Amino acid sequence: MLRPRIIPCLLVHKGGLVKTVQFKSPKYVGDPINAVKIFNEKEADELTVLDIDATIDGVAPDYTLIQKLAAECRMPLCYGGGISTVEQAKQIVGLGVEKIALGSAAINNTGLITDIAQMIGRQSVVAVLDIRKKTGLFKSGYELCSHNATKSYKQDVFTMAKELEQAGAGEIMINCVDRDGEMQGYDLELAAKMRQILTLPITIMGGAGSLSDMSALFKTCGIVGAAAGSLFVFKGKFRAVLISYPTQEQKDEMYSHSNLTKAPVPHVLK
Amino acid sequence: MIRIVDYGLGNINAFLTLYKRLGIAAAAASTPAALVDATHLILPGVGAFDHAIELLEASGLRPTLEEMVHDKKIPILGVCVGMQILANSSEEGELPGLGWVPGHVRSFRSTEASRHLPMPHMGWNDVMPATANPLFTASPPDQRFYFLHSFYFECADAAHVSATADYGVQFACAVSAGHIHGVQCHPEKSHGYGMALLKNFANA
Repeated sequence: MLRPRIIPCLLVHKGGLVKTVQFKSPKYVGDPINAVKIFNEKEADELTVLDIDATIDGVAPDYTLIQKLAAECRMPLCYGGGISTVEQAKQIVGLGVEKIALGSAAINNTGLITDIAQMIGRQSVVAVLDIRKKTGLFKSGYELCSHNATKSYKQDVFTMAKELEQAGAGEIMINCVDRDGEMQGYDLELAAKMRQILTLPITIMGGAGSLSDMSALFKTCGIVGAAAGSLFVFKGKFRAVLISYPTQEQKDEMYSHSNLTKAPVPHVLK
Repeated sequence: MIRIVDYGLGNINAFLTLYKRLGIAAAAASTPAALVDATHLILPGVGAFDHAIELLEASGLRPTLEEMVHDKKIPILGVCVGMQILANSSEEGELPGLGWVPGHVRSFRSTEASRHLPMPHMGWNDVMPATANPLFTASPPDQRFYFLHSFYFECADAAHVSATADYGVQFACAVSAGHIHGVQCHPEKSHGYGMALLKNFANA
């Protein structure tokens, strides 16, 4: 049986690992390489590392760090942050990274996804959508944003997700801005809608505060990726830094309660 | 010495890191001269079928590889697209494959039983060994591997199927024709399960 993927997501800021709340107030949580070593030992399903400075600062990816991460990582690694050209994507895959993640560069030019997919294969291309609920009187629905949620777009989030799928993405990662760091559960409504309209694997990020939040996601969406930051780096209400990850037994327990064989699958066919 | 065939595709460093941890000598080989001392060969690969074949042709390594695999009977392990190019042909491309393990590579999308599922097949899945095989020494649930692909190997001879996995359709996720082996999953990214497989291959 194919299993849902439980994915620690690490944020790199000024060379160290941080955890944010609603994409703000980065708190230092440790050294990236050390964290990778711990997740190796804990046999994490996959690992996502996002450099949250690169796009904002307008700089290229930190290849030295990526190479070190890739050499240490014994599980599939997804890297994102600052990738804006085919050449950069190719170079990062060449360093031993399985998947590269693209945000604003792909939203601004979906053709970039097509070009990168042609070069490295679509299975290695992840499109990341930072999404927040619209706020204010008479406003409803969702808004697409980028640059650590300082920039917003007019396009509809679902239309954009579909466009990125058609452009050649191999996976779409939905990052819920207003749930980031809150540890109050995933936005299941948004996740379910995305699962329904997309025919590629999706990963949901933002809001996981417990393993039962992840189970709830699997129950709603079936076999998807569940990414989390705070859940795997903090312990207790005072948010002491302690890296954790579910054991194989805990994971099997979660899957057995998630009704995976009856879980919905997308109906939209190409 | 295990030689990882370096023709420009696949995560060569991941194999080298794992063999280093296992204390087994391994190195990349990007020239015919570097291949000849190999006791075992690993043919990695990611991406599209035709691209892999084109790069292998362009690398100039193919004649030496054929000599080593066919004449000297050096064990070889194809991984992911490195496995798929062992077949005769693929639905993904136009070019002929190596044809070392008779078969055809098919798309999950054009297979009735799997066409409704998210594509690619991505994540950890159970691997069920089909025959006594030197590569698989455990059985599920202790055989789970990471997969990332949209095409799968269909053997012409069922006897070559050495393990299967289920993604709507039960497909050959490992093939073996004598000393020629292929795995669709990524042992280099599958923690202890993958490490055991790579160790078994080194002893095959």
